[in-house]
Amino acid sequence: MIDAKIFQEAGCVVGVNNASFEVQKGEMLVVMGLSGSGKSTLLRCISRLANTTAGEIYIDGEDLLKMNSKQLIELRRTKMGMVFQNFALLPHKTVLENIAFPLQVKGFSTDDSIKRAVEMVELVGLNGRENYFPRELSGGQQQRVGIARSLAVEPDIWFLDEPFSALDPLIRKEMQDEFLRLQSVLNKTILFVTHDFSEALRLADRIAIMKDGVIEQLDTPANIVLKPATEYVRKFTKEVPREKVLKIESVMDPITHTSDFGPLKVSKNAIIETVAEAILTEQGNVAVVDEKEALVGSIHASKIIQILFGNTNLSGQNK
Amino acid sequence: MGFLEKRPKLIQFIFLLVIFFSMCFFISPSETNILWRFPSLFAGVPLAINNFAEYLMYDWMLIEIYDPELDDYEESALVKEITRSFSRSVLFCIEIIRDILLGGVKTIVAFTSWDFVKENQWAVWPALPWTLVASATMLLGYALKGKGLALFVGFATFYIAIFGQWEPAMETLSFVLIAAPASFVLGLIFGVFAYKNTTVEAILMPLLNIAQTMPHFSYLVPVMVFFGVGDHAGAIATIIFATPPMIRLTLLGLKRVAPEVVEAGMMNGCSNTQLMFKVLIPTARRDILIGINQVIMQCLAMAVIASFIGAKGLGFNLLLALNQLRIGQALELGICIVLIAVVLDKLSLAWANKPTDYFSDLNFIEKHKYGLCFLVLLIFTSICAFLGSILFADGINYLYLIPHNRGITTELFWQAGVDWMVDNWYHGLQNFNTTLIVKILMPMKAAYLSMPVSATFVLLMGLGYIIGGAKSALTVGGFLLFIALTEWWDRALITAYMTTFGVIVSVIIGVIVGSICAQNSFTSKAILLVCDTFQTFPSFIYLIPVIMLFGVTDTSVLFAVIVYSTIPATRYTVEGLRNVPQSLQDAGSMSGVSRMQRWVKIEMPLAFPHIMLGINQTVIFALFMVIIGAMIGTDDLGQYILKALSDKNGIGNGLMLGLCVAFIGLAVDHLIHTWADKRKAVLGLN
Repeated sequence: MIDAKIFQEAGCVVGVNNASFEVQKGEMLVVMGLSGSGKSTLLRCISRLANTTAGEIYIDGEDLLKMNSKQLIELRRTKMGMVFQNFALLPHKTVLENIAFPLQVKGFSTDDSIKRAVEMVELVGLNGRENYFPRELSGGQQQRVGIARSLAVEPDIWFLDEPFSALDPLIRKEMQDEFLRLQSVLNKTILFVTHDFSEALRLADRIAIMKDGVIEQLDTPANIVLKPATEYVRKFTKEVPREKVLKIESVMDPITHTSDFGPLKVSKNAIIETVAEAILTEQGNVAVVDEKEALVGSIHASKIIQILFGNTNLSGQNK
Repeated sequence: MGFLEKRPKLIQFIFLLVIFFSMCFFISPSETNILWRFPSLFAGVPLAINNFAEYLMYDWMLIEIYDPELDDYEESALVKEITRSFSRSVLFCIEIIRDILLGGVKTIVAFTSWDFVKENQWAVWPALPWTLVASATMLLGYALKGKGLALFVGFATFYIAIFGQWEPAMETLSFVLIAAPASFVLGLIFGVFAYKNTTVEAILMPLLNIAQTMPHFSYLVPVMVFFGVGDHAGAIATIIFATPPMIRLTLLGLKRVAPEVVEAGMMNGCSNTQLMFKVLIPTARRDILIGINQVIMQCLAMAVIASFIGAKGLGFNLLLALNQLRIGQALELGICIVLIAVVLDKLSLAWANKPTDYFSDLNFIEKHKYGLCFLVLLIFTSICAFLGSILFADGINYLYLIPHNRGITTELFWQAGVDWMVDNWYHGLQNFNTTLIVKILMPMKAAYLSMPVSATFVLLMGLGYIIGGAKSALTVGGFLLFIALTEWWDRALITAYMTTFGVIVSVIIGVIVGSICAQNSFTSKAILLVCDTFQTFPSFIYLIPVIMLFGVTDTSVLFAVIVYSTIPATRYTVEGLRNVPQSLQDAGSMSGVSRMQRWVKIEMPLAFPHIMLGINQTVIFALFMVIIGAMIGTDDLGQYILKALSDKNGIGNGLMLGLCVAFIGLAVDHLIHTWADKRKAVLGLN
């Protein structure tokens, strides 16, 4: 850890300080922080759009920082895709040309790249607008183009830098759903930057919360809500409606011999809010099952009431 | 005293004026008084420049050159050989295009010899029939944009042909078609270099400042010395003149590209070259397209001026017509030049904006329809030309080439108009003219000339100090000192007086017209369109109607100056007023301001910095026009630059005079820009 104050006195700002973590294949890590927290800088370091002064970044075992520009270009052409906050579409190219751009840069023929671009247009649901220019599209549509472009080369790693921040709330929700749908199909390794805590909770496998260049906590959404590591993180979690964030899994009780289950079964992955009403109508314990319908835990209506209306700290009861 | 105490700058300014006028009053006008006029320490510099140029051209780095005709080696200077071969290659390019358009033997000569052409009568490149050039350009317009552009192009080409200006127009076109792309490419290259390397930018910027404020004429002498006289020299002078705005706009455009777009390009795996050509330059296209437009305008503005050093074509004819006071003909020629400018501008814009359709599944004919159309046109027009040669067996084949001045002309009509005006308005105009000269211009000129040089320095450096501190004072002082140390201080004062007069009138007209038109969006759009149109006209075009009205006097020049430089004043006023944020307008409306109050209390203060930038443009435009006015006859710096043209040793004089004009412009530019930047910062406008 660097003492950022020494740098400040010298007129420098420490962008990212002592951030060490791993992202697994197919995982979605959301980096959350307010403006100036260093979250975008972190992303730019990992994509090497910004230069790092110290540290190591490994992608598939190769140190990114030791690559020369040729290797870096090759890496970006094959393994990386990025979506930008303000879309960053090329204003002189149509939807189709924008999406085909990374392929053409890679050396695809016009025919091949356009063919692939047409597929991508379908994937993001922009059929019929292929020949529009970015300026003729709404914000949501522009970001769909940005997403299609970043996915055109079939990258393994997908960077998203506040992709939905510039959109209206309704469109944002729609785009998040669209994004989840895409991810369920594509299963990329994702680094997603946002300043919106609820967005992070909605999308993430794990969340890294940053402040002043330092990662305050890196954990699953449930753990962050239930066990905030620092006072700073607690401030975010305070106002979060737990039933909208937590899954049954994180609040269920372990199975005991006395468990006596009614006919209702709920999935451990269900968000509490979605099954709360059903559970509340049951008298006894409700069975919690996993994807294979195997029994993994139980939950009682009283627990749900506690979550919905109670103010107690839930951590510690999660055992 | 509360009013003055709140405005320390105003006190400083009043104090400055008091010193200035007392200096004017007390310093005695005598040639020996150093406070009255500085000694011309730079008097020897032009000669030194001449000698240096001559040494460079003829004596420096002598090398052995093989002369095929003498079959022997000759000694020649390196620079001379380089510039000669450069001239030859430019000339060669121009002549290829000229031979294609008008027919001729020069290209064939370049590959063989004059003897070969004389012996073989068949060895002549046939001209394309004008009908083909006209219809092919129309086809191009149609292919790039559609019917509208095709119709306009058709109108322009037929106008040129029918009015018998085909040959000179094609001559002009042949060197514009070389100069414009060359300027474009050079400007792009330098712009990209300046973008990539801040040192290059730091070196280029002051050079561009000088290059853009130096009058056209002052380039001509050095070009003449180094490259000789002829179409190539005209093209080279044009390139030198048209490249700086292109560099500037390229740099501006590249700097404006959003960093995210650059990052997107990098993340898509662009190499540096791909990033430049596929991302940066296309994204900066808006500014780059303005650059192309500027290049084309500059090229045609130079058409007349380049004819001073031997460029053939419309410009040369226009110059002749002006000299012979053949107003009607000059008008027709001027329209031809404007038409060519607009056609080239529209075509290049349409080309740059052309979309591609990837879905069309085309067969061979559809894919090559324009090529096939061209072939059909070629055959058809050739047949027409052949039929024409039978039809007009005894003379001119109007279906092939309409020779110079054999078309229809409206000259008589215009001449009659001029005559009528002379008959009817002569006394009125003459009285006005005389009154203006005697009552206003002469006293103003005398007042300028009776300023002691030290007083001028105090005034302008003091102004610099008040506006921008010691740095501005020294910058302005430096520009002035250069002029004061040459032998042309008095001439510079005359230039300054004409410019001042022009600027004052232009600004008054411009701000009033602009303010009125800015009141609603329809009139604002209309007036901006008018400004755009007038800006398309090359500057000297404005001389034609004023000569018609006022004959060859200072008044003509001043009227041309006023008409020409009112354009930026109006444009910037409209833009400034229209860009006042809507929220402030609404706030004003809710406070219940009247229209006048809105203008005085809200719009004007906020728009004023922008209007000042317009005034800055007005000054530069006026300065240019004053210098071009030398073609009519004035006694300021311009006249001396014009004289330097015909002087064998003119290069030193021409350059020094050019710098004098440039420095007047730069001094004003510096003062106004510094002021406007500070004011904008205070108002929180970008």
